[in-house]
Amino acid sequence: MDVSLLLIILLVGAIATFLSGDKWASKTALLFSLAAFGASIYLLTLYNSGQNISLMLQWVAMPKIYLALGSDGLSMALVLLTTALTPLIIFSSFGNSYAKSKNFYALILFMVFAMVGTFLSADGFLYYIFWELSLIPIYFIALIWGGGNPQSRKKAVVKFFIYTFAGSLFMLVSFIYLYQKAGSFLLSDLINVKLTSQEQLWIFLGFFLAYAIKIPLIPFHTWQAKVYQKAPAVGTMLLSGIMLKMALYSIIRWQLPLAPIAAKEYLFYFVGLSVAGVVYGSIVAFKQKDIKKLLAYSSLAHVGLIAAGTYTLTLDGLRGAVLQMLAHGFGVVGLFFAAEIISRRYATGKISEMGGIRIQAPKFTSMFMILVLASVALPGTFNFVGEFELLYSLAQRSVTICIIGGTTIILGAFYMLRMFQKVMLGDKNEKFFADINVNEGIVMVIIIGVLLFFGLYPKPIIDLITPSLQEVIKVINRI
Amino acid sequence: MQNVLQQIGIENYIYLSTLLFCIGIFGVLFRRNAIVMFMSIEIMLNAVNLLLVVFSTYHQDASGQVFVFFSMAVAAAEVAVGLAILVGIYRNIHSIDIDKLKNLKG
Amino acid sequence: METSLLLLLLLAPFAGFLFNVFLGKKVSRNVSGTIGTIAVAISFAVALNFFFQINNTKQPIQIDLFHWMTLGNFNVNFSFLLDQLSILWLLFVTGIGTLIHIYSISYMHDDENLHKFFAYLNLFIFFMITLVTGSNLLIMFIGWEGVGLCSYLLIGFWYKNQDYNDAAKKAFIMNRIGDLGFLIGIFTLGYLFSSVDFATIKTAVATGKSVDLGWLGFGTLCLFIGASGKSAQIPLYTWLPDAMAGPTPVSALIHAATMVTAGIFMITRLNFLFNLTPDIQMVIAIIGAVTSLVAAFIALVQNDIKKVLAYSTVSQLGLMFLALGLGAYEIAVFHVITHAFFKACLFLGSGSVIHAMHGEQDMRKMGGLRKYMKVTYITFLIATLAISGIPIFAGFFSKDEILMVAFHENKALWVIASLASIMTAFYMFRLLYLTFFKEFRGTEEQKHHLHESPSLITFPLIVLAILSTVGGFISFPGHSWLNEYLKPIFIGAREEHHLDGTTYMLMGIAVVGALIGIGIAYSNYIKKSQVPSEDSEITGFSKVLYNKFYVDEIYMVVIVKPIYAIASFSKNFIETALSGFIFGLGKVTNMVGTQGKVLQNGSVGFYLFAFVIGTASIIAYLFLAQ
Repeated sequence: MDVSLLLIILLVGAIATFLSGDKWASKTALLFSLAAFGASIYLLTLYNSGQNISLMLQWVAMPKIYLALGSDGLSMALVLLTTALTPLIIFSSFGNSYAKSKNFYALILFMVFAMVGTFLSADGFLYYIFWELSLIPIYFIALIWGGGNPQSRKKAVVKFFIYTFAGSLFMLVSFIYLYQKAGSFLLSDLINVKLTSQEQLWIFLGFFLAYAIKIPLIPFHTWQAKVYQKAPAVGTMLLSGIMLKMALYSIIRWQLPLAPIAAKEYLFYFVGLSVAGVVYGSIVAFKQKDIKKLLAYSSLAHVGLIAAGTYTLTLDGLRGAVLQMLAHGFGVVGLFFAAEIISRRYATGKISEMGGIRIQAPKFTSMFMILVLASVALPGTFNFVGEFELLYSLAQRSVTICIIGGTTIILGAFYMLRMFQKVMLGDKNEKFFADINVNEGIVMVIIIGVLLFFGLYPKPIIDLITPSLQEVIKVINRI
Repeated sequence: MQNVLQQIGIENYIYLSTLLFCIGIFGVLFRRNAIVMFMSIEIMLNAVNLLLVVFSTYHQDASGQVFVFFSMAVAAAEVAVGLAILVGIYRNIHSIDIDKLKNLKG
Repeated sequence: METSLLLLLLLAPFAGFLFNVFLGKKVSRNVSGTIGTIAVAISFAVALNFFFQINNTKQPIQIDLFHWMTLGNFNVNFSFLLDQLSILWLLFVTGIGTLIHIYSISYMHDDENLHKFFAYLNLFIFFMITLVTGSNLLIMFIGWEGVGLCSYLLIGFWYKNQDYNDAAKKAFIMNRIGDLGFLIGIFTLGYLFSSVDFATIKTAVATGKSVDLGWLGFGTLCLFIGASGKSAQIPLYTWLPDAMAGPTPVSALIHAATMVTAGIFMITRLNFLFNLTPDIQMVIAIIGAVTSLVAAFIALVQNDIKKVLAYSTVSQLGLMFLALGLGAYEIAVFHVITHAFFKACLFLGSGSVIHAMHGEQDMRKMGGLRKYMKVTYITFLIATLAISGIPIFAGFFSKDEILMVAFHENKALWVIASLASIMTAFYMFRLLYLTFFKEFRGTEEQKHHLHESPSLITFPLIVLAILSTVGGFISFPGHSWLNEYLKPIFIGAREEHHLDGTTYMLMGIAVVGALIGIGIAYSNYIKKSQVPSEDSEITGFSKVLYNKFYVDEIYMVVIVKPIYAIASFSKNFIETALSGFIFGLGKVTNMVGTQGKVLQNGSVGFYLFAFVIGTASIIAYLFLAQ
């Protein structure tokens, strides 16, 4: 049994959803996403019991490309994140009805298929294919089922597509250059290529462009807020919850091991840029008038910190980054879902048109409050564990950078509480707001449960990822 | 055979061949009639063939002359295809003036 | 056994929280309050049990629950430490907590969200216990932020009023600034000692592990910043007066007796580190003294009964920090305890007054309440005597010891602290006279409703008044039980102050100072029957004081406004510019395409011409290049 099982389930699921017709599409998709989650749990137990669950087949002889699906703790952690979030995301969409829902849900599963593939690939070419493949479904999801003015939506989505695609091409160039030297796309072969530091810098920058646009880091983030705002809630959750983790994961998996000299030599530039994003994202979030846009900028700040942690090249940084990826994945999906719940009732995203929700919806308020608190990394939530390790890793490199990055806990608290206050509190009470219903409640409770449980007991995840990350550190320090 | 080159120096062949080639180029560039352009291309081709034969003799190596045979055979095939295309064009637009062939303009 | 007792200690309030969150709405109001109270009372009982145990065995109890996270080269566990210090804190947190819960049953009786109130209070007690009993800095930090959260929730308890929400948010943000300092401090200690466990660090220090003192100083400074956020010291004190927006029991419990002393607890906990960095101790002492003076100045002219008490709290906390900075940790702890008694009593008393006045907090509209509220008046008087430093009462002993230490260590600080004490006596009696003496100045309708509060409210007042009276004897000069009790938390021997001539002289000076303050208050508000003037009529220096030295306004102009300006600039210019740049790249590509299209004009002749020219130039280049 190997990890291809997961890909097969998802691909079959996508096709079955497409064939099942509009009426049953959402349920079929939910069923298959749950099956994928079950399969990933099963694979995790196999992995933990020490079995080899990776796959290695020759695919194309010339150029030498393998169907290589590796899996270590790092991959498994992110695959679990993906397969755990997918049923939640699909289930969260049950409150909305989508035209042509068979296409919609099939695209979701197809996108998840591509993202899982990205997390598992151990061959550069295969990885690149999955990487680009995941872009196509989200393009259509955002374009066809998004909200707002169609003209500006199209503009935003097309910009996003071309922008990220263009960035990825630089990564392809890097891969081809490495292939020239190594004669294979396998990660294990690419690592052994001897490169001068000058060459490594170019390779590093090639990867960096692809990832910086996808994550996004400043100043490559301009696509983000608009797309998050215009895309349907499901698309936003997929984008922010999983897709941007692809890029963060890739930094650890591909960029750092392939160009360690450059990563070390220019460490402070990249850490600095990422941390600048933390402050910048927080500050711009102050002035956002749209709740989804505000969340987009808060996400920009958080992922900036994650990226900074990875570029510190310390074990704490990498571990904190992975923990925070998982925490942020759940947290941001919860927050966007909360925004979606509000917009289902108020049909607006403008913060100024909200207020006084707490009077009518105490349950929803409590849940939203917990999500907000998780987002500001209150101790006891999963986000705290990640953020603490990230800041600790920054402090190991430079206390100044740590303090600058640490302002996120002040600024983040400020804009999140301010948003919460304007949206939920006060006595403005003109519009009817139904409290959260059962379906919505299930999603929220699961997300909150995950955030609180792993906040107090992150050990299973730490144990899962630490050996793989130590391996990565060893590879980075090989020269 | 040797004396052919002794009687007329190799440089004269080169001059002639260059001249023919240039005539071909100018023909291609400045005539608008597709058939005449076609003829000009043939002249260029033959200029090169001539040069090949001359150098083949000069170097006492027959492979150049063999090459010319290939080239003539290919040229013949090319003429057949090319003229067929021209006939096809003429049937469609009743002209073989290349200035009128702008349907593929971007 | 100890583990299960500890879990009971911790989880009883948490269970109360869960009960009130999920079932509080379904059960009657009294059940909700009673359950909340019992939950805390259980914790108090367990704490008492631990207290007697440790009083006999003198052995700290360390309990490891499970592994939490891994940092660099060390693990952080979920573990708890019950030693003399934490048990002491537990006792008064749960003890006063229980009293205030009882008080709240009556005080909050008419509130629609009563069950939420008790839920938050229980949650607060839970986090406070976590803070106090945590055996490493990170567990402490959980409690630290947790009590901050509860403070946020309770200040903004009446969430329909956006001003209250602003106050709550301000408290949370100000605390977060301190928390960043705390975090950096934790990082520094983790880096220096490869551990964040108190016992491990203490052993390392005691065995003389050599650490970089520069970095240690940085670490302790950062920790102090954390403490100054939570304990409302300059420059992070402005949230505490605003926090009075919360219901009065909250002010008593969180913003006077327990949470705000967390900073003092933390520094006492880590006293062996601060002892190594005398420069930072000096900073702490100076900041403490200045805070106590500034807050006392502001308190002189406030007219809101709770605001006066809030600034008095800031001032008293300043005195405690002064003691900490001078290395007299046990005295700071002593003052924390006595202060918890009398300040809780004062706040609850003011709550009783506000209750009777139907929410009116302005002292200018009170007066003469002595006649209507006997119990409240007497308990309030006792607490006021205690805070003013009148002998026999608890505050006298603790405050006097702080002044004594200051006199021995640094005369300038002694002068500042004495000044602050004199002013304390003045403004507290001003408060007392304006509220309880002379004639009633409110409306007829209010006068009609004046009544003594029910026994659920007066009972805690009486208990606290008794404690404010006798509480001082736990550290009687010369025979201090407290100093003896706390010895194990320090490294090495502690010097004892002996009673000598100077001591009695200083006591005398302090008492005379207090009497002077009281005398001025008496002559102003009883003899001359003055009533503070209306807001618009306040002029000169008192206007500056009345507006709290304009500190909030200064912060607004210096910090908040510029950040907003940067935010606007970023949003309007940088974002647009970046976005424009990316679109620009697209536009350039587009333009090149449009222009390039012209070349492909469909003229075969032109193509051939370009082709020939191109080939010729390549050939020419190749020839020329050689």
